[in-house]
Amino acid sequence: MARLVVMGGGVAGHTAATFAKKMLGSAHEVVVVTPNSNWNWIPSNIWVGVGGMSKEEVIFPLAPVYKKAGIDYRQAKAVAIHPEGKEGSDTPYIMIEYTDQTKPGQTEELTYDYLINATGPKLNFAATPGLGDANGLGEHTVSVCTADHAEHAAAELQKCIEKMKRGEKQTFLIGTGHGMCTCQGAAFEYIFNVEHTLKEAGVRDMAQIIFITNESFLGDFGMGGIHFNMGGFAMSSKVFAESLYAERGMDWILGAHVNKVEAGKVTYESLDGTMDEQTFDFAMLIPPFAGVGFKAFAKDGSDITATLFAPNGFMKVDANYNAGAYENWKPSDWPRTLQNPTYKNIFAAGIAFAPPHLISKPMSSPNGTPINPTPPRTGMPSAMMGKAVTMSIVDMIKGAPEPTHTACMAEMGAACVASAGKGLFNGTAAAMTVYPIVPDFETYPGTGRNLNGTTGELGLAAHWVKHILHFVFIWKAKLRPGWTLIPE
Amino acid sequence: MASKHLQHIDPYTPQFGTMIPLGFQKWLRTCVIYQLFRFVMINLKMTVLILKSHH
Repeated sequence: MARLVVMGGGVAGHTAATFAKKMLGSAHEVVVVTPNSNWNWIPSNIWVGVGGMSKEEVIFPLAPVYKKAGIDYRQAKAVAIHPEGKEGSDTPYIMIEYTDQTKPGQTEELTYDYLINATGPKLNFAATPGLGDANGLGEHTVSVCTADHAEHAAAELQKCIEKMKRGEKQTFLIGTGHGMCTCQGAAFEYIFNVEHTLKEAGVRDMAQIIFITNESFLGDFGMGGIHFNMGGFAMSSKVFAESLYAERGMDWILGAHVNKVEAGKVTYESLDGTMDEQTFDFAMLIPPFAGVGFKAFAKDGSDITATLFAPNGFMKVDANYNAGAYENWKPSDWPRTLQNPTYKNIFAAGIAFAPPHLISKPMSSPNGTPINPTPPRTGMPSAMMGKAVTMSIVDMIKGAPEPTHTACMAEMGAACVASAGKGLFNGTAAAMTVYPIVPDFETYPGTGRNLNGTTGELGLAAHWVKHILHFVFIWKAKLRPGWTLIPE
Repeated sequence: MASKHLQHIDPYTPQFGTMIPLGFQKWLRTCVIYQLFRFVMINLKMTVLILKSHH
């Protein structure tokens, strides 16, 4: 009997663990280690953050689902990996520390035959002074990164609405809270939902709404922008995004590295090297992501963290980490099997793997401060990686000498539905498809992407799609009948 | 008629340099009949994308 341990119970980890158990049955053991007691459909946190959904609608307890599936669930955080075992034993193991209220702080060695690192990111609020405390509920800003954060954001937003109803003008600042952030899409969705909510509340004319981003142009999205086939043109996502902001009367600040947050004010450095300030009454700023901060140790106890992990804390996989300058980047730099090159029984999926480099062109201010979005790898790509890694491991448990499945961001597309306001008949969203995620300028000269597979449109239909996906993916995550038929 | 969709745009601001949707385009975005058609099309596009992406 082999044991597969999955670290993380988010999109990638939950997908990996549930498919692994389905494929392996009772002949092998699947263990999930996650510090969280609930599963969260993160894309709908946006609606929680404006009061359009309750927290309870976007989360559910993991324990009953894993019990039903026959998965061994440990509510704990993994703190260290020992891929060579320890003195007297060659069996690899991870060290876990329980967060379960029945045994908080208790540690345990958990052995494995195969290990998937799908921990997701550490929300690195500490990277920007004043951005947030350890829980992300900052003194000066709000966040929508977790359901709890989003619930708090909705309460703060409501306070601003009440002030506007009393005739007090408010400034809303929404975007990225550091020069190296990813997940601009979440900020994009949130600003449009805030605008929609203010309009619904009848106070839109009392609000100035400003988007602040580390992107060098609107619509970069950490992917170097996208070109859509639209109306006979190959139209840049820059025009698409600018049009949306301009239509709704929102301002934008580009190429900004927020380096300090104080009460009602952010300080930021721009790509041209200037320092500036922006005041606000309400701010939702996405933090940068980092790896969760594992340590790794060799059999003799020596620290081999640098062997398994990149300096940013993400796990090294079969990527080319020596690609060098932007001009040398190729789609083949991106990992395919997501297997660690040193320890072949360790894989990473979702945000946890270390990208070889950015997708957007690297930029920095004259002061040397890097200001560029980092590669997005949430949502659909995360789930596809989780499933591909699992299928490889299942085959390896059954005797395959090497991984049999791939999930390369240079060979896969992504579908993204970004809400621009919730409502059955007056809601809108931007539905975008991108193929491939990492541009391939050799195969697709000029745009780097297949224009037949890269599309974008705004409308009510996309909102319906997003709302239906909310129910469909929660259905799937709960392993309800037919869950395996729902694609990633 | 078009001016009401443009009255919040000031010359030589960043908003001035991009496309602004006018009435018909905005109406189409929430026209239920048209959006039902778009709903089918979006789902078809996403299905094709998913099929192309699994390896």
